[in-house]
Amino acid sequence: MKKQSKPKVAFFDFSDCEGCQLQFANMGETLLEVMGLVDIVNFREIMSEAGEDYDVAFVEGSITTDNDVKRVKKIREKAKIVVALGACATIGGVNGMKNRAPLEVAKKRVYGDKADTVNTIKTMPVHEVVKVDYFINGCPVYIPEVVSVLKCILLGKPYVVPNYSVCVECKMNENVCRYEKDQECMGPVTRAGCNSWCVNNGNRCYGCRGLVDDPAANGAKDILAKYGLKLNDILNHFTLYNDSQGAKYDQAFK
Amino acid sequence: MTKHSSKIDAKNVKVDVHYLTRVEGHGNIVVDVKDGKLEKCEFQVIESPRFFESMLVGRSIWEAQHITSRICGICACGHSLASVKAGEDALGVTPSEETVMLRKLLLYTEQMDSHILHIYILVAPDLLGVKSIVPLVKTHKPVIEMALRMKRMSDYAGEVLAGRHIHPISYVIGGLTQLPSIDGLEKLYKMMVDCRKDTDETVKLIKKLKFPDFDRPTQYLSLTNDEEYAFYDGDMVVSGKQRTKPHDYRKLLTERVLDYSRAKVATINGKSYAVGALSRFNNNYAKLHKKAKAVAEEIGLKAPCHNPYLNTAAQLVEWVHCLEESIAIMEKISKEGLDEKRIVVSSWPKRGEADKAVYKPNTGISCVEVPRGALFHEYTIDDTGHITSANCVIPTNQNMGNLEDDMRKIVPELLGKKTQDEITLDLEMLARAYDPCISCSTHLLDVKFV
Repeated sequence: MKKQSKPKVAFFDFSDCEGCQLQFANMGETLLEVMGLVDIVNFREIMSEAGEDYDVAFVEGSITTDNDVKRVKKIREKAKIVVALGACATIGGVNGMKNRAPLEVAKKRVYGDKADTVNTIKTMPVHEVVKVDYFINGCPVYIPEVVSVLKCILLGKPYVVPNYSVCVECKMNENVCRYEKDQECMGPVTRAGCNSWCVNNGNRCYGCRGLVDDPAANGAKDILAKYGLKLNDILNHFTLYNDSQGAKYDQAFK
Repeated sequence: MTKHSSKIDAKNVKVDVHYLTRVEGHGNIVVDVKDGKLEKCEFQVIESPRFFESMLVGRSIWEAQHITSRICGICACGHSLASVKAGEDALGVTPSEETVMLRKLLLYTEQMDSHILHIYILVAPDLLGVKSIVPLVKTHKPVIEMALRMKRMSDYAGEVLAGRHIHPISYVIGGLTQLPSIDGLEKLYKMMVDCRKDTDETVKLIKKLKFPDFDRPTQYLSLTNDEEYAFYDGDMVVSGKQRTKPHDYRKLLTERVLDYSRAKVATINGKSYAVGALSRFNNNYAKLHKKAKAVAEEIGLKAPCHNPYLNTAAQLVEWVHCLEESIAIMEKISKEGLDEKRIVVSSWPKRGEADKAVYKPNTGISCVEVPRGALFHEYTIDDTGHITSANCVIPTNQNMGNLEDDMRKIVPELLGKKTQDEITLDLEMLARAYDPCISCSTHLLDVKFV
């Protein structure tokens, strides 16, 4: 993208909680700086206008209906750059858990005898439907990483999502390992980039940024079993965010 | 907004609002008037149901908070607290007083966060005659800077207290996974005290806003308790009557699924009802902080108030109440400190304990007041601590029927009296007043005159 021209930016949300868009509102003064560098033409969270002419489309949420598929394809046609924003868009996120039960069962559980009127398909991350140029992982997205990706977009450079585990960042933050505290953690198999956010706050890693390319899932599974987790809970740990990554991982967990 | 202000045919009006709200997806409003008769008035929640109640089945009760927080990015703290309370109810766990105090503090700051977003991002543009906050950055910089400062305070509160505001990290069943840092608390306290001045300025600004006149008494549901203005705990009450324990919520409210909507609609006594700031204000006015009462008086808000447009005013009153209560808690912490032993717990049973843990089949129910109203979580667990069924009753779903009834009353009142643009603005402001969610309400109504 040329330096002089301010790129037109649009935000779109699909099936999700809209928390990742809200992270932009939570940037504070940085938001004002960002607004000086781009033209926001479509952002339902904060504005009434809806521009249809845009260069960069931030797509938040998972694809879960036939209409979503059509809508995201249209967005892809119009945008020069598509950014998948947050866990729901990049890996399916918690919405992927829906895929654990047959769709008919899920519909029945929530809508009872009106289940037939509900339109839903299996949960998919955005790149399963259209090409995605930038991925911003996390549930929610981590603001410093959002800023890094924004810089890359403005400079026309690719952004490389880390392919090492959260443990690397956790060690640099000098956290005591959860396993040392007799607790389990998904850090060893989860993609870094969040600065070990949850472990820094005394919790464990839940795997919201997705698994690293080679997660050594069987080894991780054995360790979780040592910590007293039953097979079902181990599987639940792996599928909390990663269910819609598909058969590739599913097999390793069963 | 549409530019033309041609003569209107008051007998035939068609309102078609796409993407109004975020209740497990997006929503439409459809109003259809033919020959002066209101034929259709529906609030349709369409697309993208998310199936949280199904996703929870088979999950450990210890995971419920992490999962249900993801229902909403704005009320993530409220969902987390409703979830841990329901989990504790199912497991028979009682948190310490200190833990409850920190939870209240988190909940107060979430009300402030959401209310200030609503007041400034939705109402301020109306007040200043623009379509969004974006042009205000240039024309009203001090106001925007003030709004961002107030927002930054409530947001920083989430950071200090829970690791982050959107999907809080450290609030789990039984306590917190980590104490908030002393440095962070000191900084937060200073920011809160500084917010008092910005609050005064905001009151001046809101006083200038002319809210539309409208009056329709309805049933007002909220929590109530004898000790304080209830957010975290208490009994349910309907316009001061029918006091009911949250455990019996199914006896009080009935949920049903509509043909045209993906959200469930709730009723009490067979009729629609309202939840949110105005309901809490009407039911619990006497328990408000004296500064909040003074602000209510200054902006002319009296309990009981039957004008839904004034929900925004009630939010400002609650902002003042929550700010003062938060400052009081922070001063208590500063004086007495926090005892780690009584607060810090693990997010999941530790190695060895998971095997020994004894669970009995049970149902846990909770109710928490989140910014938009009473929120219910209910989980049934089996003898392994896994969820066999779940139910979440969301404030916006509860308000849906009431909004429809308001529209049924207001549309005939406006027909023939107001221009197309004025009707559009009035209906927009009505939807905004309910604050169904910031994402939805900023959407324009597309009013079609046949």
